[in-house]
Amino acid sequence: MSSRDMSEIDAKCTIRPAEDRDLDQVIALDERVTDIGKRDYITDLFERYRTRRPDQRFFYVAEQSGRVIGFVIGEIRAWEFGSEPCGWVFAISVDPDVREDGVGAALLDRISERFREAGVNRLRTMISRNNHLLMSFFRSRGMIAGPYLQLEQDLT
Amino acid sequence: MKLQTASRLAIYAVLELSADPGRQLSAAEIGDKYGISTHHLSKVLHTLGRAGLVRSVRGAGGGYMFSGNARRTTLLDVIVLFEAVGGPDAGGADQDAGTAEAAALNMVLGEIDELTRATLNSITLSTMHKLTAGTRPSVDKGQGRPVTST
Repeated sequence: MSSRDMSEIDAKCTIRPAEDRDLDQVIALDERVTDIGKRDYITDLFERYRTRRPDQRFFYVAEQSGRVIGFVIGEIRAWEFGSEPCGWVFAISVDPDVREDGVGAALLDRISERFREAGVNRLRTMISRNNHLLMSFFRSRGMIAGPYLQLEQDLT
Repeated sequence: MKLQTASRLAIYAVLELSADPGRQLSAAEIGDKYGISTHHLSKVLHTLGRAGLVRSVRGAGGGYMFSGNARRTTLLDVIVLFEAVGGPDAGGADQDAGTAEAAALNMVLGEIDELTRATLNSITLSTMHKLTAGTRPSVDKGQGRPVTST
């Protein structure tokens, strides 16, 4: 693991790429935060985001005293919906007990740094407008409404 | 969207006070900065006090202090103390929804209202401070006059 891949932040945790030993802790943290167990889904993410297209897919965890206290997952996607290549963050989570201590910001900074290194200069995510806490977090990091609108239709 | 005067004053007041939570400011001091009447601002501060966002400090040098959490308090939290945001009370939806056309129009206006609420509810005072820092004129100490940050 290169020194670029690991760093310590003010919150006294280390940001590093996810490893096999983190899987159960990531699943438990996600379930604690979302109240939905997604073992199969996250196990599949672990496989896809750590082994395939590793130069464009990133899965980082925040570790504190051997414990996973946060994670972020994202990838570079190109030309979907007519968009030029950009870095998508589609999951970020921090243990509720250690929030407001810079862990989420460090995770987002790290994946943003990797996106920049990979040649993209725009960060993008999608979020439920009812998730006020996470939306506030992204806004606090400088994210603003983008030029795309998500539309959907009830097919029942 | 246009905010009512009381909402704007309240946002200015909580931003000013939360910029330095340990600082006490009088209504006159805040009013002077924004060119607004102390009388009107006092009413707004009273409402903010009842909501727990500010508290008054009595005695010499007294005034108001911020007593909320700037990283959790959003613009919507402040605005709804003074006006409705979205929905019929805010005047967005057509009150007369007895026709199919009115119902359809209300659906569209409701979509806009929901986006408005979501946006206002995602901007905390802390985030506003960051946005302000990017545009706030700074004081040139040598000349004692404001210069624009770059």
